[in-house]
Parts: sequence; structure tokens; C-alpha cells
Amino acid sequence: MTHFASGSLEAKDVHLAFGSNKVLRGIDLKVAAGTTASVIGPSGSGKSTLLRVMNRLIEPDAGDILLDGKSVLKDNPDELRRRIGMVFQQFNLFPHKSVGENVAFALRKLRKLPKEQARAEALEQLDLVGLRHKADVRPATLSGGQQQRVAIARALAMKPEVMFFDEATSALDPELVKGILALMADLAKGGMTMVVVTHEMGFSRNVSDNVTFMDAGVVVESGPPEQVFSDPRTDRLKGFLSDVL
Amino acid sequence: MDYLNKLGETFFNWKVIGEVLPSMFAVGLPNTLVLAVVSGIIGTALGMVLALMGIARNPVARWIARIYTDVFRGLPAILTILVIGLGFGPIVREMTGVTSPYPMGIAALSLISSAYIGEIFRSGIQSVDKGQLEASRALGFGYGPSMRLIVVPQGVRRVLPALVNQFIALIKESSLVFTLGLLASERELFQIGQDAAARSGNLSGYVAAGIFYLAMTIPLTHFVNWIDARLRTGRAQSRAEKKEPDDAAAVVGKGAHV
Repeated sequence: MTHFASGSLEAKDVHLAFGSNKVLRGIDLKVAAGTTASVIGPSGSGKSTLLRVMNRLIEPDAGDILLDGKSVLKDNPDELRRRIGMVFQQFNLFPHKSVGENVAFALRKLRKLPKEQARAEALEQLDLVGLRHKADVRPATLSGGQQQRVAIARALAMKPEVMFFDEATSALDPELVKGILALMADLAKGGMTMVVVTHEMGFSRNVSDNVTFMDAGVVVESGPPEQVFSDPRTDRLKGFLSDVL
Repeated sequence: MDYLNKLGETFFNWKVIGEVLPSMFAVGLPNTLVLAVVSGIIGTALGMVLALMGIARNPVARWIARIYTDVFRGLPAILTILVIGLGFGPIVREMTGVTSPYPMGIAALSLISSAYIGEIFRSGIQSVDKGQLEASRALGFGYGPSMRLIVVPQGVRRVLPALVNQFIALIKESSLVFTLGLLASERELFQIGQDAAARSGNLSGYVAAGIFYLAMTIPLTHFVNWIDARLRTGRAQSRAEKKEPDDAAAVVGKGAHV
């Protein structure tokens, strides 16, 4: 894997409520440049929402988001999102476009590359995930694992400074999970700053530099994986780990 | 046998049909096509605006779209055409000197069809998975470009069959413009058939008009079926071993209208 020009990311005391439902209640998360932070916790704990607040798909009610040490809340959110790649549980590839065009589309429309150059860069990205030969087929003809690789290539093509993974392997058949996790581990080794929301405790433990355990909209515990997994301090984390491990 | 002969004479008097054919081709068909095609284009454009208003975040836009749709879908076409044609026609005539009832006829047909087409588009757009908008925005596209480039094209594709059905309805409804009173050169298929019937005291003129309508609508019906099958099987080819994930949604989107 190539090395990435990645940045640091920080969420400071982030709050978000939908009506009376307080989804995020003062979240702090610090991800140093080139490191991988995984976020674990039960369903509905606000993990996925936190990702969406950090790239401003959802605007926070209060708090601050810093990319490379600078607050991004006053920036144009569309431009912010070009700097943060995101990979979804359901892949969300564009079904009416070919695999190659899925990757090239934003390059043409947002980075304004000429068609041939966008295509060439897209093929290069597809090559990195081993799917160059599938460039001309539609996503629906690919397996889930292949689709997720395309989604990763699509996000990487924009040369993001940070990558978000929102339960990227949860919709995959068990035998396909490993491949995607290995690809993510490669990215982490390559120096990409990553925030990984996951139920894969093995990945969280072995690949990430920092683990954050969220429950009911707050960070309950956070630290290096050895500490979080081997020496949980709160009953909530102990309970969660005994449920999932 | 006498009755049969009589019926045959009433509906299939070849002399009457033969007499009416030239003006059907020269006048009726072009006029019907102008009415249907122009109001189809305006109705589609207006329908798209209504659909986007109908799903807008602004509640005022949503309400306007809602009320418009309810009114124009809820009225008989002939009433709308008469009210608009007879009500606004004289004003237009005074202001522009145009005496033809076509502008008002086209306006009325466009308003009516846009209400239906708006609902067709809206259901199609809303049937597109939310993840598409999210993925597009996560790449850095704004809301507008995401809708325009990613969501709307997928939604429209799904409702193409329903849209073509609407064009079929429009071809048929264009006949109602006769109620506004047409000059000889303005007559569309139905009016020509009616005139022939009145002149000859024989219904064969209507039959001739009917054949012209069927010649347009039946191919379109089969075109709908063809698109439908193509959408279902995923763009011809047997490439797709798997169902496209949007297949199920597409069926729901169409079912609401066909």
C-alpha cells in the first residue's frame, strides 16, 4: 500500500439530539495523523452517528470538529467531505453506473479531471483493491466483498486525509469479511488516518492504535487496545465485552 | 343477417373512411401529435418540478405541490380543459391576438398531466435507497448535485413504464380539446372523425379516428412492456447473476401507478 498524506482528526464535546432523543452527549475523540481509532459499542450507542457528525453529514448541535488542528464547522461541508472518505455497511455503490465509473465519477465532477485521466486514476485505484478487471461491469454483478472493495477504491480515489468505515463488514458473508479487514489493515499500515466503527473485535484489538467504547451517546472508556480489552474498568464495558467475545 | 349488415355499414363504411383518411393524415394526426407531444414535454418538466417540491425540505413547497396535485388529479379532464380554455382563452386572445384554442388546450393538458407525472417521479425518487444520497454527499457532492446526478436519474429510470403510460393517457385526452371549438385546420383526429360522422350520418368516421389512436397507443403499450422487462432483468444480457438490489423497490414504485 502506498503512503498517505493523512491528517489528524478531533471531535470536542460533540452534542446532537433528534428532538428529545439525545444521541450524542458530549463526545470527545482524538485521532492522531496516521493512526487508526476504532469505535465499538452496542447498537444504538451513537457510533455511526458520530461518524456522520464528524464529516457533517449531520450537523452537530454543539461542540467542535477539528481536521489537522483546525475547526471545520465554518468550512463548506461539501469541501470538508471531499477530504474524508467514507465506507458504508451497505456499500452504497451507484447501481446505474459501471464499477469504473463509480470510482471515476467524483474525480470528473468534483476534482474536474478530464475523462481519460479520471478513468486512468480509477483503474489505478481498482488495481489496488484487485478489481481492475471488473471496471466495466455493474456493481450488482459483484459479490458483497468485491462491492465493498470498489466502495473503498471510490473513497480512496478522492485522496482523502481521513477514512471512515461504518461497520464496513457487517453486511458481508462471513467468508468475505477477512478480505476486507485485511485491506483495511493494509490502509492502516500505509499511514491512513482511520476511524473504524466496527463489531469486529479482532480487528479493533489487533489493528487499531486506540479503542473507544461508546454507550448511550457517551464515551465510556477509551485507550490503547491492550488496556481496553484486557483491563476494562467499567462494568458497562465488561458487560459488552463478555457479550461479544 | 340484416342487423349484421347494418352494423357493418354503420361502423365500416369504407367510402366514409376513405373520404376521411386524407384529412386525418394531413390535419388530424399532426394536430393530435402537437397537442400530445408539446403538453407531454411541458407536463414532464412541470412534473419534475412538482416532484422535487413534493420532497423538498421546505414545507411551503411541499404544500403547494400537494394542493396542486390534489386539485388537478381530482378534476375531470374535460372540466379543466373547458374552464381553462373558455376562461383564459379570451384574455389571451385580447392580449396576443392569438385566436387558436391550442395554447390553452396545451396549457390545460400540461397542467393535468404534470399532476400525474409529478406523483410518478416523486414515488420513483423516493424509492431510491437513502444510502445513495448519503454516499454521494459523503464523496463531496452537495444536496442539489447529489439529487441531480445520482438520485433522480435512478428514480426516473424506475418509473419509465408509468411515465409512458401517462403519455398514452395524454394522447387520448388530447381529443377533449375539441370542446374548445376548432377551425377546420385546427381539428385533431377526434374532431375530424366526429365531423365525418355528422356529415354522413354514419359512425365510420369515429372508427377511422379510433384506428389512428390505436396505431399510436398500442405500440407505446408494448414499448412499456419492453422497458419493464428490461428493467426487471437488468439491462438485457445475462451478465447479472444476481438481482440488482433496487429491483424490489422498482416493482413497488411502479405498482403504485400502473
